[in-house]
Amino acid sequence: MKITEKDVEQLATVSRLELTAEDVSAYTKYLNTALDYMDKLKKLDTSKVEPAQQVLPVKNVFREDTVEASLEKELALANAPEVEEGSFKVPRIVL
Amino acid sequence: MSFSDKFELVCGVETHVEMATKTKIFCGCSTEFGGEQNTHVCPVCLGLPGVLPVLNKEVVNLAIKAGLALNCIIAEYSKFDRKNYYYPDLPKNYQTSQYDLPICKNGWLEINTPCGKKKIGITRVHMEEDAGKLVHSGETITTSKSSGVDYNRAGVPLLEIVSEPDLRSVDEVLAYLEELVQIMDYAGISDCRMEQGSVRFDVNVSLRPRGSSEFGTRTEIKNLNSFNSVRRCLEYESERQAELLLKGEKVEQETRTWDEGQGITLSLRSKEEAHDYRYFPEPDLVPIIIEREWVERIRASLSELPAAKRERLKSLGLSEYDAAVLTSSKAMADYFDEAFTFGVDAKTLANWIMGDLSALLKIDGCSFENSPVSPRQLAGLLNLIKDGTISGKIAKAVLEEIYKTGKDPEVIVKEKGLAQISDAGALEKIVEGVLAANTKSVEDYLAGKETALGYLVGQVMKATQGRANPGLVNKLLKEKLSR
Repeated sequence: MKITEKDVEQLATVSRLELTAEDVSAYTKYLNTALDYMDKLKKLDTSKVEPAQQVLPVKNVFREDTVEASLEKELALANAPEVEEGSFKVPRIVL
Repeated sequence: MSFSDKFELVCGVETHVEMATKTKIFCGCSTEFGGEQNTHVCPVCLGLPGVLPVLNKEVVNLAIKAGLALNCIIAEYSKFDRKNYYYPDLPKNYQTSQYDLPICKNGWLEINTPCGKKKIGITRVHMEEDAGKLVHSGETITTSKSSGVDYNRAGVPLLEIVSEPDLRSVDEVLAYLEELVQIMDYAGISDCRMEQGSVRFDVNVSLRPRGSSEFGTRTEIKNLNSFNSVRRCLEYESERQAELLLKGEKVEQETRTWDEGQGITLSLRSKEEAHDYRYFPEPDLVPIIIEREWVERIRASLSELPAAKRERLKSLGLSEYDAAVLTSSKAMADYFDEAFTFGVDAKTLANWIMGDLSALLKIDGCSFENSPVSPRQLAGLLNLIKDGTISGKIAKAVLEEIYKTGKDPEVIVKEKGLAQISDAGALEKIVEGVLAANTKSVEDYLAGKETALGYLVGQVMKATQGRANPGLVNKLLKEKLSR
């Protein structure tokens, strides 16, 4: 599988990243190196190997459905760049 | 103009249901609706760096329950994944959801259609977190300079239920949604408060020429929050697609939005909306292994579902219609069941619940859950009619009195002296008085005008404020008149 510069530009768009032309060409190269290695791995016979969804030997960690204290409102909003009427204020969404 | 002569609708629905847990899916913040903005939030649901989510066990219990209620296969191994996209209502820039190993899949539910019962396939049911709520400063999202975000809803557990594209008409879609919401209500998965947005629908719509077996190009309309919006939206969108197809144009595969005010769907397509969610396994949550024993325990706790309840009510002698109305909400069906245990006639009880009591509750916006008239009191009232203590007409007044005062029907009848007059001696005098005062009607009756009798009965009822036993009044009048 080959990644093109167009793929990288698309990836940058959906990741909200602004890349220069040099960045695009560099990332295309790096990502292809990684994918080439994947191709190498694909050649291994994995027919007898269970797919690993997780690497930790832990399962079923739950909490009970009991209400715990939330943050104070001032504290919750403390890191917001802008606050308006108790809400996190964000710039226009649809351009 | 209607598209339906030429085209057939093909529709599938994704339904999002807010689950009835006390706390959010990955943290202990309350899920209560209507709290002051950003007061049910913590580092986990605000997506602050370095925090770890821990799954609420009740979410898994309810998801398994929903799967069983929808005849699904419950996964033995399930996990969460990250769905990545940027939107201000999503504080982590990804939604913790399920991708390739949902907790339930391959189920169905049954709907009634004009051609009989039809099974609608359920592709999958999965758990995920809700996003926050955006309030736009301008009229609409496109004219707003800025928006405010309230994260109280962020992290509220959602169940996403995906149907197969098995629905073939707007009526079928509505029947499916109504049945689904009822099942969620009955099984206690969600309180299904549509007006609070706790149930939302995305519909996939395409048309194909009648007789064709291939699917046409579909559009997806997101975030409909009432049955009425779904109906209007589907009617509009199918007409729009039909017009394009009739002109020989193509339907674009795209996401659209429903504009409630204008009653139209609008394209949402833009570069930013490009769908590439780059799902990957959520590394902060461990797999869920569901043993059969866990599933069976939940199966045992599953209460009677609407379809079974309707059949049971029909077996009591109720009509299809009555059974459907009574089971339309769990609260109403439970009310019927409880009142029925006091030994009243099923049909009479159904009529009073669906008629007079429903009307009273509606005036104050009350529901059967908090009805001021208890099931025991309604049954007591019906028994007073049955044993002849009061007439049906008086009973209506007594019902209103129970509703207002909370007093038992027996007490009200006694206090207000509403008991029916069934004493022939007492009635005889009144009957005689009425006959003496209405000689014209008496002559009419004797001349063969049967309707005159009804008038005379009415006069006796009037004289007794409706308390006279109508059967006895009839009998006495006829006796006197035949002399």
